[in-house]
Amino acid sequence: MGRLSEERKEVLLRRYGSISAAAGPGGMGPGGPGRRRPGGFGGPRPGPGGPPGAIDGGKPQNTLATINRLLAYIGRDRLKVLFVFACVLVSSLTNMAGSYILRPVINNLVAVDRSAEEKITSLVIGLLVMAGIYLAGVVCSYLQQRMMVGVSQNVLVKIREDLFRKVQKLPLEYHDTHTHGDLMSRFTNDLDAVGEMLNQTMVRVFSGVLMLIGTVALMFIINWLLAIVTIITVPLFVYVGGMIGQQSRKYFASQQQALGAVNGYIEETVAGQKVIKVFCHEGTAIEEFQFLSDDLRKKQMKAQFFGGIMGPVMGNLSQVSYALSATVGGILCLTSRLDLGGLTIFTNYSREFSRPVSELSMQMNIIYVALAGAERVFTVMDEKPEIADPPDAIAICSEADRVVGARPIKGEVVLNDVTFAYVPGKTVLKKINVTAKPGQRIAFVGSTGAGKTTITNVINRFYEIEEGEILIDGINIKKIRKDSLRSNIAMVLQDTHLFSGTVRENIRYGRLDATDEQVVAAAKIACAHSFIERLPQGYDTVLEGDGANLSQGERQLLNIARAAISKAPILILDEATSSVDTRTERYIERGMDQLMKNRTTFVIAHRLSTVRNADLIIVLEHGEVIEEGTHEELLKMGGRYYQLYTGAVELE
Amino acid sequence: MRRYWKYVKPYLSAFIIGPVFMIVEVIGEVVMPLLLSKIIDHGIIGGRGVPYIITMGITMVLTALCMMAGGVGGAYFAIEASTGFANDLRKDLFKQIQRFSFKNIDQYSPGSLITRLTNDITQIQNMIQMLLRIALRAPGMLIGALIMAFVLNPRLALVILCVMPLLADAIFLIMKTAFPLFSTMQRKLDAVNTITQENLTNIRVVKSFVREPYEEEKFKKANTELKESTIKALKVVILNMPVMITAMNLTTLAVVWFGGNQVIAGNMTSGVLTAFVNYVGQILFSLMIVSMIILNSSRSLASLKRINEVFATEIDLTDEKALDKGAIVQYGKIEFKGVYFKYYKNNEKWVLEDINFVINPGETVGIIGSTGCGKSSLVQLVPRLYDTDRGEVLVDDVNVKDYSLENLRNGVGIVLQKNLLFSGTIKENLKWGDEDASNDEIYRWAESAQAHGFISSFPAGYDTELGQGGVNLSGGQKQRLCIARALLKKPKILIFDDSTSAVDTVTEAKIRESFENELPGTTKIIIAQRISSVIDVDKIIVLDDGKVTGIGAHEELMKSCKVYSEIYNSQMDKKVTA
Repeated sequence: MGRLSEERKEVLLRRYGSISAAAGPGGMGPGGPGRRRPGGFGGPRPGPGGPPGAIDGGKPQNTLATINRLLAYIGRDRLKVLFVFACVLVSSLTNMAGSYILRPVINNLVAVDRSAEEKITSLVIGLLVMAGIYLAGVVCSYLQQRMMVGVSQNVLVKIREDLFRKVQKLPLEYHDTHTHGDLMSRFTNDLDAVGEMLNQTMVRVFSGVLMLIGTVALMFIINWLLAIVTIITVPLFVYVGGMIGQQSRKYFASQQQALGAVNGYIEETVAGQKVIKVFCHEGTAIEEFQFLSDDLRKKQMKAQFFGGIMGPVMGNLSQVSYALSATVGGILCLTSRLDLGGLTIFTNYSREFSRPVSELSMQMNIIYVALAGAERVFTVMDEKPEIADPPDAIAICSEADRVVGARPIKGEVVLNDVTFAYVPGKTVLKKINVTAKPGQRIAFVGSTGAGKTTITNVINRFYEIEEGEILIDGINIKKIRKDSLRSNIAMVLQDTHLFSGTVRENIRYGRLDATDEQVVAAAKIACAHSFIERLPQGYDTVLEGDGANLSQGERQLLNIARAAISKAPILILDEATSSVDTRTERYIERGMDQLMKNRTTFVIAHRLSTVRNADLIIVLEHGEVIEEGTHEELLKMGGRYYQLYTGAVELE
Repeated sequence: MRRYWKYVKPYLSAFIIGPVFMIVEVIGEVVMPLLLSKIIDHGIIGGRGVPYIITMGITMVLTALCMMAGGVGGAYFAIEASTGFANDLRKDLFKQIQRFSFKNIDQYSPGSLITRLTNDITQIQNMIQMLLRIALRAPGMLIGALIMAFVLNPRLALVILCVMPLLADAIFLIMKTAFPLFSTMQRKLDAVNTITQENLTNIRVVKSFVREPYEEEKFKKANTELKESTIKALKVVILNMPVMITAMNLTTLAVVWFGGNQVIAGNMTSGVLTAFVNYVGQILFSLMIVSMIILNSSRSLASLKRINEVFATEIDLTDEKALDKGAIVQYGKIEFKGVYFKYYKNNEKWVLEDINFVINPGETVGIIGSTGCGKSSLVQLVPRLYDTDRGEVLVDDVNVKDYSLENLRNGVGIVLQKNLLFSGTIKENLKWGDEDASNDEIYRWAESAQAHGFISSFPAGYDTELGQGGVNLSGGQKQRLCIARALLKKPKILIFDDSTSAVDTVTEAKIRESFENELPGTTKIIIAQRISSVIDVDKIIVLDDGKVTGIGAHEELMKSCKVYSEIYNSQMDKKVTA
């Protein structure tokens, strides 16, 4: 234990904790997306509905903006909130009235001029009135809570939905540079804090303020001089409260950040648990987790200390002012015309004064966590989404499956001088020119990292190209609505990903309205039918955790079936069958031919046998096209492809 | 509950001192009015004058400052205790998860484990903090006021005693109803977490199929369910307030009625009645706080139960019964003796059936077979990632169950089919294999895995930061890093589970070549799709539907094994037509 070096600790904090310092050394492989922007949450970026909410220890204008945005979410429920406030008002009033009415009722009991019977009658009446007041109070306080539960949950649901929607719109660059767990923490831990605040604090703050105003007003009525003595301490309250508040706000922000870091680390280790086991890395994982957990505790202690002392400090400051008013009041009694009864009543109110003060300051703790959480949520909401479609963007559809209002396309894909870099200055694709006629099969060949996957990633606009243009049926893809573009390109990705749910649902992901027969047909095309049939519940077998109970080859077959069910006129197969054994692959081939018929297909494969039949083979090297032609042509050429191919043959 | 004592113990002093500090504040609250009455009785009425009043005033201010110190101290120790408790619990829970076997891991969704480690623990932490800060205060006030009430008028105090058991029942009932509702709520939170996590992991699939709206619907459903279960739970909890207030009000009314009659009859003064009503208020106010604590605890108890579940999960694969924990893998001999295996007990079909073979130290063995025939399952038995159901797996003639897991797995390196890189630099990822590896060593093994070239081409080289899961690398690059990572372990047995599927043929050949040259003494098992990958190995094991259908060298199998020659022909065919 304790073998973690200082350097490593710093790295961990930077990586999982402080996102703002996430600008890594930054070099990126040619094969994949990198960090285009240094540091995820850099400078201010205009966002919808509010200024950027960078976590910086809470500038007042940020706080205000955050509160405003939260309030905006109440929106539709504004009337309910008004009703809640009305309830609070009534229940506060009944509270006061309840204790106020007790005095005349009791005084009546000892009134000398009444008979016992009269006294009992008036006692009964008094009790009935009290019961009425109490009832109103109980009903109001219940209604107010009941309403607020609904309001706060509505707000939370809406924020969570908005956040999720936003996350869907974030460009891949964002996802590539942020740990999943930290984002998840915003959905749960941060929003939980907001919920806590909405559930309780709003009402309490309102009733606290009411009580405060009421008490102060009564104090002024009884004796303005004493009231001023009490009020004099208010600047002290404000100053001390502000000081503590500032500290705790800062620490609460870092507490939520550290919580996100812990979440991030957990998510990554839980997802990669099997690799950890294989490498006996448990010890290190535990140590690193312990470090992050300790760090969280340190920050929690600081934040909660400052949040937690707010109550006692402020509450007891008001005790000081109670002492002051008692002293001054006592002196006034002796020297001027204040009477004893007046003093008693006044000091009672002065005591009352401390209740809302400590109640209000107790709430600060909750408010600060909530604001820190809300800011983290809004920061994500203010992130720049994928480039929006231009207003005149059009929709496209396949000729076979026409959609109203969409332009049918044949599937011609042209890349003109396409240049692209994930990291500025590190070009991954250099002036690529490719023409794929409708229905043609184009294969990309080249060593790992030559840029094959990148080409497909720019065709469906996962990433935006810098120079050159990509045309589909002569239309620049930037002029096509992104959703329409992507739904017309079916992809089988290199990394196989499945969702929890049944096998059927996973295949249907490719076309949501597909019938069961179509699902089976697609599975048959992908040669997945026979293994699915052998699963315990066939197509209704539930896949858990990314299909952990399937072999890699089976997962790939499901991925192919998922693409096969879609009617998209353009198909991209990125190493679609790399883990499928060759015998099965051979069976798939027939299905694949059917799949690729009438579709423009881009194939990426290392097994040259898979690409041999392509209409056009493009050989890439360091992001450039170095050879192109059919299999025979390229072999005749005797260049790189020939080397690759014969190299493979020799090995066999 | 005994389990949790060890989280209390290190912070025991804070657990005790915190409430003690709180008592200072409570005492102060009682003393302050007394001091005031002194000002009135002695200062004003008794005529001791201004100096006395000022002295008392100063005493009051000092008392207030003491109270402040008490409050601040109480807060400090409560926080110290609760965060300490939670931190230790969190670390232990994480440790427990690290002990999980592959089977255990498959049991929980990651989303659920994440909720348990963060949200559930936060609930418990908050409860402890609240308990410590109010623990003595509310009951203290309660008992004090009860005593005062009895002293004032025992008969009237009986009214309060009548109400209290009723209230206790009500609170108990509310709590019993709320507890399962809170459990459901936390489960729904798991669901939200799981959907979010899956969505983030699969974001490329989502985007390429334009399934954002579908995902949003899915999320919306889970989100709404969370909302509904939360409302359902809170709806029960908020009943507490009206029940308590009603009880308080009814008691007040009863006290005023009975007391009023006594006053009318001349058995009691109105001042005593007023005081009595005040005490009733205090009693019920503290009762309300107590009940609030209890109710909040029901949420924390639901969380505690979920944490207990993880602790109670039986780790089905441990080395506790290992007979020879000191043994290390020295030669790299592997033997399977009548091995049967399936993942789930209630599945009828065996994944592996009656597997028998021997692999000698230093041999290179290929495993070939169709998709889903059990190749990966077979090799995962060697580093004991799963246990056999029947038969035994021996490494260096010792049953794998008799090694300590660490020694076994350090001796057996495996590159999983679904391999993962972690966020961090390339170098950090490679060092997983050997934490103390020097740069030269790292370069050398990266070179063997054919990774040095592309790593060096990055501007930051080995210090290039990888995103989570190595998203910023191509599939082939990732695989080569995973291989290099395993090589750095320098194990006696190395297993490659289809680990070069995304690597081009030439590179793959180079990787294999370097294995032969640089790892002569290492036993190597290669699962492959391409016959070309295994054609010149010492021995090929052909699997078909969970059974071994052939073992031998290429030539031998071509003659004797039908499945093998079929696979061979399927691959050679194409070459002929080319």
